[in-house]
Amino acid sequence: MPTVSMTVNGKSVSADVEPRTLLVQYLREHLSLTGTHVGCDTSQCGACVVHVDGVSVKSCTMLAAQADGAEVVTIEGLDDNGTLHPMQEAFRDNHGLQCGFCTPGMVMSALDLVKNNPSPSEQDVRDWLEGNICRCTGYHNIVKSIQAGAAAMRG
Amino acid sequence: MSETGIGARVKRVEDQRFLTGKGNYTDDINRPNQTYAFILRSPHAHARITSLDASAAQASEGVVAVFTGKDIAAAEVGGLPCGWQIHNKDGSPMAEPPHPMLVADKVRHVGDQVAMVIAETRDQARDAAEKIVVEYETLAAVTATDAAIKDGAPQVHDEAALNTCYDWELGDKAATEEGFAKAAHVVKIDVVNNRIIPNAMEPRVALGDYDRSTGDYTLFTTSQNPHVIRLLMGAFVLQLPEHKLRVVAPDVGGGFGSKIFHYAEEALVTWAAGKLGRPIKWVSDRSEAFVTDAHGRDHRTHAELAIDGDGKFLALRVSTLANMGAYLSTFAPAIPTYLSATLLAGVYTTPAIYSEVRAVFTNTVPVDAVRGAGRPETSYLLERLVDRAAKQTGIDKTELRKRNFIQPEQMPYQTPVALQYDVGDYPAVFEAGLAAADYSGFEGRKAETESRGKLRGVGISTYIEACGIAPSAVAGALGARAGLYESAQVRVHPTGSVTLFTGSHSHGQGHETTFAQVVSDLLGVPFEAVVVSHGDTAKVQFGMGTYGSRSLAVGGAAIYKACEKIIDKATKIAAHILEAAEADIEFKDGNFTVAGTDKSMAFGEVALAAYVPHNFPHETLEPGLDENAFYDPLNFSYPSGCHICEVEVDPDTGVVEVAKFTAVDDIGRVVNPMIVEGQVHGGVVQGIGQALLEGCVYDDEGQLLTGSFMDYAMPRADNVPFFTVAQKSVMGASNPLEVKGVGEVGAIGSPPAIINAVVNALEPLGVEDVTMPATPMTVWQAIQDAQAR
Repeated sequence: MPTVSMTVNGKSVSADVEPRTLLVQYLREHLSLTGTHVGCDTSQCGACVVHVDGVSVKSCTMLAAQADGAEVVTIEGLDDNGTLHPMQEAFRDNHGLQCGFCTPGMVMSALDLVKNNPSPSEQDVRDWLEGNICRCTGYHNIVKSIQAGAAAMRG
Repeated sequence: MSETGIGARVKRVEDQRFLTGKGNYTDDINRPNQTYAFILRSPHAHARITSLDASAAQASEGVVAVFTGKDIAAAEVGGLPCGWQIHNKDGSPMAEPPHPMLVADKVRHVGDQVAMVIAETRDQARDAAEKIVVEYETLAAVTATDAAIKDGAPQVHDEAALNTCYDWELGDKAATEEGFAKAAHVVKIDVVNNRIIPNAMEPRVALGDYDRSTGDYTLFTTSQNPHVIRLLMGAFVLQLPEHKLRVVAPDVGGGFGSKIFHYAEEALVTWAAGKLGRPIKWVSDRSEAFVTDAHGRDHRTHAELAIDGDGKFLALRVSTLANMGAYLSTFAPAIPTYLSATLLAGVYTTPAIYSEVRAVFTNTVPVDAVRGAGRPETSYLLERLVDRAAKQTGIDKTELRKRNFIQPEQMPYQTPVALQYDVGDYPAVFEAGLAAADYSGFEGRKAETESRGKLRGVGISTYIEACGIAPSAVAGALGARAGLYESAQVRVHPTGSVTLFTGSHSHGQGHETTFAQVVSDLLGVPFEAVVVSHGDTAKVQFGMGTYGSRSLAVGGAAIYKACEKIIDKATKIAAHILEAAEADIEFKDGNFTVAGTDKSMAFGEVALAAYVPHNFPHETLEPGLDENAFYDPLNFSYPSGCHICEVEVDPDTGVVEVAKFTAVDDIGRVVNPMIVEGQVHGGVVQGIGQALLEGCVYDDEGQLLTGSFMDYAMPRADNVPFFTVAQKSVMGASNPLEVKGVGEVGAIGSPPAIINAVVNALEPLGVEDVTMPATPMTVWQAIQDAQAR
């Protein structure tokens, strides 16, 4: 079995994994980082979005081996000992989540949007979320959350 | 109103864990020495199993066991039970064919479970399942609802002649015919309520565990009602007594109905965990969810409305064909009957109604409750019919509705189809809806849209639903095999903090916040001092769970009753300690005061005294402050509302865009407006999904063509606008909190408003009807057909 090594949420990790192990499996099953979720098997829903070298990636669509040597950030890597990141705080303030299952992917995806577009319009947000499905919120409060999170990050 | 009490916009306590990746969903739970199950499923819609050879799978790496339908049959465990029995017109019971955990002889839909492989890892289980050799003799399949009753249609079950599960009726047929005899106008409509797939974002998961030292079983499962699963699985399937069986539904990632039902995988992993003495986890993937989670709707209805010369509705007759799928799911028979036909009066005074429903089996996934469950079908039928009636009679669609509304002074109002509405003010809600939507400004917006070469339409729906399921006596009389009360236990701790144990289950609704608001408000304790416990049969005394918008109307009422008992007991304790008569103790803002004096005890002081009692009179006052309540509702609750949709249609491509959507709902008292608005947003988008995007397509051989998120169009962020959501609350609902329920209103009110808007937009082109989902292809074709006429 190949050995994969990467940095996850600032910590160096290494493990022997079956070649077919997906990044999301590695995060959930080997590292017990269960905040990253699996909602589909066709790369459509976005519940599994994490950052790999600063870019949002669907971790169900990438082998763990492909992340060898990479910097990975998951939802567990955002808060500062329980103090929420401004984007997390915006989701809470704007009721941008209900069941919470799609939420980690939404937050990770939103951060990648804001990195490249610090002041996204409503349409920018809606277009960006093409790859993230939520069944609970009707997106109304997710869009508001992301715009509010972006504003808070601009300071 | 306090900042955290009833009515306050309190931020959710559950969000911290969900936002930091610390939620505890079923697949996040692992047990020592755990194995993994993979279910081999039928690739055919209808076939006899002629042979099954699992020997290669048994020998495959990592395999612990393989179980087949023959093993299940030999183990003499039960099949999956149905919770509701409907009777035919002649009084005989419905056909109720067996629903085995694993099929031994004949598969009846693609996805039917054939064998279970258990291995050390998920991948090993999946690899081994591919080595099972099953030979099938394929049979012709029937999938379309109307095809099931045709002569010569393939028969799904020997026990159900002509594929008929039941043929049921409700209402006064003779009185209805009399109404039609007097009619100046008869308006007819045929509608299809399209089959939809619930698709909660968290796929189903079941983890069975068996404690070899005690013989106790534990099932962790993605359920909306763990106690119901314990009851159904323990008593009817596995014959396990409840004290040996614990069911835990931890954080659950959405349900929308699909996680009410008892599924085979739950029983399989529990049963096999006992056989093997090891924990077994099964995780559905999304493809599996499409062919195993119960689907929703799938009704075909013909209806006729008799109207007099003044535009008053005289009578309504309705005939529905409802698809049950291949087997009866837990609540399936009740959906087209008692959850649908009983609402056929809507918000109108139609004096005579007759409805008949024929339910059929087909070679498709079982159909059961999905958000709204029967009520969206009725609101869609009525509001499409009323719009058509407006056109046919020449009476404006707002005026026709106003002429027929039940008036507030007619409350309580006995409908001709069994229900008695308790409170409501439909004219006021309607006017509030028109105002919030700026209905009178529509023509200006239409002109603007037309200047861009598009069409614009406006659609209205008014609806009523019955929530707070259900008064047990009524439910029993209607065929429910259980009472549908709810329970709550309020445990006050010695230092004054409170744990609420509730039989309701939260899977997105935010009960940990709203229920804490209720307890905090009633007991006068800080919001932060209340924690809500739910979802574990080992902690919570009992529960009927969360569905049918019942959590606050029924579960909340149980909380209210338990809090009343706490206050009664605390009053006795305060009276004893303050040396006053009980009748002289006043409870206000968390303090027990002797009337007219400054002698007072805070709630926390009473709590401490309850657990540190040095001189309680043994005969009359027990120590402790911990109370239980079961609440059986007096009546359903009846939310109503007015939804108004404006669409823009591109006549060249058929693309429909929801340009403006307004929902004004009467849901009674609001505990947390922020959560209420979120529930309406989500419900409306499920309605937009059904109306414009989501359609379940089977081919003639019974293969599900819309079997993934690449083929089944879930609403995405760019399919929907921001919404205008408001409440027009009418108090007086028949429960102590005067709440009505909000979980389903969006999905019930929105589809007819959307389709009425699409039809309205296309009227200039001669289009009279559009079917759901109104995809670009459907709309474009409707335009072409109309132009060709």
